[in-house]
Amino acid sequence: MPQRMHIETTINEETVEFLCEGRQSLLEVLRDGLGLTGSKEGCNNGNCGACAVIMDGRVVNSCCVLGAEASGATIMTIEGLHGPNGLHPLQQAFLEEAALQCGICTPGFLIAAKALLDQNPNPDEHQIRYWLAGNLCRCTGYDKIIKAVQKAATTMNGGQTAPVAAEAGAR
Amino acid sequence: MVIAERNTTKYKVIGTRPIRHDGVDKVTGRAQYGADITLPGTLFARVLRSPYAHARIVSIDTSRAAALPGVKAVITAKDLPAAADKIQDLGESAANLRELSDNVLASRKVLYRGHAVAAVAATNAHIAEEAITLIEVEYEVLPPVINVRDAMRDDAPLLHETLRTKSLAGMAEKPSNVAQHLQFSKGDIEQGFKDADIIVEREFTTVMVHQGYIEPQACSAHWNHDGRLSIYTSTQGAFPVRAQVAEILQLPVSKIKVTPTEIGGGFGGKIPVYLEPIASVLSRMTGKPVKIQMNRTEVFEATGPTSGSYIKCKIGAKKDGTLVAAEAMLAYEAGAYAGSAVGAGCMCIFAPYDIPNIKIDGYDVVVNKPKTAAYRAPGAPAAAFAGEQIIDELSEKTGTDPLQFRQQNASKEGVVQASGAKFNRVGHEECLQAALASPHYQTPLEGPNRGRGVSSGFWFNAGLKSSVSVSVNPDGTVSLVEGSTDIGGTRASLAMQLAETLGIASEDVKPSVVDTDSVGYNDVTGGSRTTFASGYAVYEAGMDIIRQLKERAAKIWESDADKVSYANGTLSLEGDASKTMTFKELSGRLMKTGAAITGRATVAPTGVGGAFSTQICDVEVDPDTGKVTVLRYTVVQDAGTAIHPAYVEGQMQGGAAQGIGWALNEEYFYDDSGRMVNSSYLDYRMPTALDLPMI
Repeated sequence: MPQRMHIETTINEETVEFLCEGRQSLLEVLRDGLGLTGSKEGCNNGNCGACAVIMDGRVVNSCCVLGAEASGATIMTIEGLHGPNGLHPLQQAFLEEAALQCGICTPGFLIAAKALLDQNPNPDEHQIRYWLAGNLCRCTGYDKIIKAVQKAATTMNGGQTAPVAAEAGAR
Repeated sequence: MVIAERNTTKYKVIGTRPIRHDGVDKVTGRAQYGADITLPGTLFARVLRSPYAHARIVSIDTSRAAALPGVKAVITAKDLPAAADKIQDLGESAANLRELSDNVLASRKVLYRGHAVAAVAATNAHIAEEAITLIEVEYEVLPPVINVRDAMRDDAPLLHETLRTKSLAGMAEKPSNVAQHLQFSKGDIEQGFKDADIIVEREFTTVMVHQGYIEPQACSAHWNHDGRLSIYTSTQGAFPVRAQVAEILQLPVSKIKVTPTEIGGGFGGKIPVYLEPIASVLSRMTGKPVKIQMNRTEVFEATGPTSGSYIKCKIGAKKDGTLVAAEAMLAYEAGAYAGSAVGAGCMCIFAPYDIPNIKIDGYDVVVNKPKTAAYRAPGAPAAAFAGEQIIDELSEKTGTDPLQFRQQNASKEGVVQASGAKFNRVGHEECLQAALASPHYQTPLEGPNRGRGVSSGFWFNAGLKSSVSVSVNPDGTVSLVEGSTDIGGTRASLAMQLAETLGIASEDVKPSVVDTDSVGYNDVTGGSRTTFASGYAVYEAGMDIIRQLKERAAKIWESDADKVSYANGTLSLEGDASKTMTFKELSGRLMKTGAAITGRATVAPTGVGGAFSTQICDVEVDPDTGKVTVLRYTVVQDAGTAIHPAYVEGQMQGGAAQGIGWALNEEYFYDDSGRMVNSSYLDYRMPTALDLPMI
C-alpha cells in the first residue's frame, strides 16, 4: 500500500479531512473518496472541463490537480453552488433556458460560469464564449448555454441587461 | 433557428416549455451517471487492449498479473462462452452475437488497435491498471488495412478468412473484406442519362468520426450467489443490454436485471455492449461487484464511431433543371466486423428528390478499425454530403437558385423512393419554402472570402416497441414508469403527453426511468423514436386511466360509465349538470371507493413520419491559414408537432454543431500501422463555444 497523506481543506464551506495517495487527483478524491460525484470525468486530462471546480477563486480542472494540492485551499464544487434557500441564479437559468440535454457537462459549465460572473458580472456574448471554451458540450451546440449565462447575469444584476455583442445571426 | 410554431391552441401542455422533471438533479450534481454508481464492496477493473491494428493472438500469460497483490481476477476470451452465430436486432442497428462477443474480448485475432484482449479486477483502479501491464501477450503481427478502398482491393489483407460477399446473386465463392453488396434501382438508368442535358459526376471521401459523448462508457455488475446478475450501466437501451449480455454469457434474460443510470450522451454510440459482459464475468469469478469505466482514449479507440466512406455519385438534369437520373456507389467502413449503415446511406442519398431513374450500389466493408455504431441518422450524413454537392453544381450549371432548384425537384407525397417505398406526407417542400423566406436567406452575404451553402437531408425515424405504466396518486398527481433512458429531455416530453391526455399540469406527472424488471419491454432511445413511440404508449396508458376514472365516477354517481365524459381534467355526467368532479377530487376518493387505478400500455406503432431538413450556412475563409469561421447558421426542420419546443430546438442546434465539427475539424487520423494518432479531445478537436455562432 503506497503511503497516504493526511490533507485538510475546505470544500463547500465545510472543513474536510481526507487521506490520499500521492498519485490521486483531486477529482478522484472528490468522487471516490468524498462521494462528491457531481464533478464528472470526461477525459482525465483537462480537455473537457466536466470536472471543473473553483479553487481559491480560480476555475481548475480537478483531474489536473493532485488531491494533495488541496491542502489548505478553499474549494467549491457543484454540490456547493446552491444555497439552503434554493438554486443559484445560474442553475435556475439553465433550467428555464433548457441549457442542458444529457446533463453530464452541466456541472462543469455551471462552475465555470460562476467563476466568470464572479469576475465579470456583465460579460458579453463573446466573453462568455471565450471563457467557456474550456468546457465541451456535445448536445446543445452551446446556444442555450450562452443565453442561460446571459439571463443569470441579468438576474444577478437586478434585472439590468448586460451589453450584448453584435450577433452575426438573427434568431 | 427558424421557429414557425404551428397554432397549438388545441393543446394546453404540448407546445409549452416547462422545466424538465430531472432538471434540478442535473444542475445540482445529484444525478447519477454510469461512473457515479459504486456498489458496496466493489472491485475495479481495467481492460488490456491491443497495441496492433491487426494481429493473431499466439498466447496470453496472465500469471504475473494474477500474482500482483490486490488483484482478484483476470479474464480473457476463454472465460466467455461461445456465443451463437446469429444476428441480434438492436433497434437502430444489428449485430452478429459471435462477433459482438469477439469484440468484447478478442479470441483468435485482434482486428483493431484498442481491441480488448484481457481484463483485471482489483481492489482499486490503480492496481488494476498496473496489473494489465503485467499480462504478456504474444502477437503475430499482420498487415493492417485501414481504409475502405484499400480493403476492397483483391489483394488486400483479409480480416476474416471466412467472410464472403453477400449480394442479390447469393454468396460469393472467394473470401473478401466486402461483407455485403446492396443494390437499389428504379426506372431505366441508361435511358435516364440519355435524356439528361447536363450530367455531373464526382467522387467523395469522408473519414471516420466519433459521437463524442462527454461521458465515457461505465458500468457496474454484480453476479449474486443465487445466479442473478444485476448490471448498472449508461446505455441508450436497458433491454437491448439485457439481450446482448444474455446471448454473450448464455444466460436466460430472466436472470439479468439491467438498471439504466443517467446517460451522458449517446447519439447512437451507447447501444452495443463493451464492458458489461466483462464486469459480469469478473463479478462471478470474485463474488463481488465489479466496476469498469473507460478513459477517453479507450472511448475513441475501442467504441463504435461512424464509418468513413468512399462515394461516387452522378446525377443528370434537363436544361430546365428537372432531375432525370441519379446513380451512386457507396462504400462504407464497417470497422472490424460487418454491419455499417451503408444501407441507410443508399436509401437516403437521393431521398430528398423526385428522380424517375435511380441506381444505387452499396458496399459494407470491414477494415482494421473499431466496429462502427450508429451515429445520428446513421449512414445518412456522408450520403447527403455527396449527393447535395452535385445538386449544388447542377443548380449552378442551370443558372437556378440552389434552394429553388431543390424545390423544383423536391420529394413529396406519393413519390416512390429508390427502396420502393412511397412517401406519405413529408415536409421537404415546406422546409425549402421556409428556408427561402428566412431572414438569413433574404439577407445578401457580402464581403471577401465569404460564401453561403445550403443543403437538405432526410432520415426515416423509427417506431419500435415501448411500454409504460401509470398510477394515480391520492393527491391528484400521477406516477409515470417508463423504460426509455432520458438522453435529452424525454422524461419531460413523455410527462407532457400524459398531462395533455389527462388534462392535468405537466408538474403533476412524476416520470421515472426504471430497470428491466420494473417495466415492460422498451427498445433503445434512438432513431428519434422515444417521444413518438413511448409518447404513443403514454397516450394509450392515459386513455386506460380515463376509462377507469369514468367507471369509478359512474359507480359514485350510481350511473353508467358510458354516460360519463372526461374533458380538461374534469368528469361530468350526461344529463345532470350538478354531477361534475375534477381529476384531483376523484383521485382523493379512489381509496374509499374501490381499488387504486393504474393504467398501462405496450405499443409498436407504425405510421412513422420521415423527416426532412434544410440548412443554410455562411462561412468566411482566411486565405492565409485556411481557417473557416462559421458566420451564420440556420436550421429548418419538419419537426411535426413540437412537444417541448426548447428541446426540439436543442436537437437541431446540437445536430448542426456536430455537423459543423464533422465538416471542419473532426477526424480519426491514422498512421500507416493503423494507430489513431489523435485519440484525445484536444487533438480530435470537437467544436467549442468559441467556434460556433448562434444557431
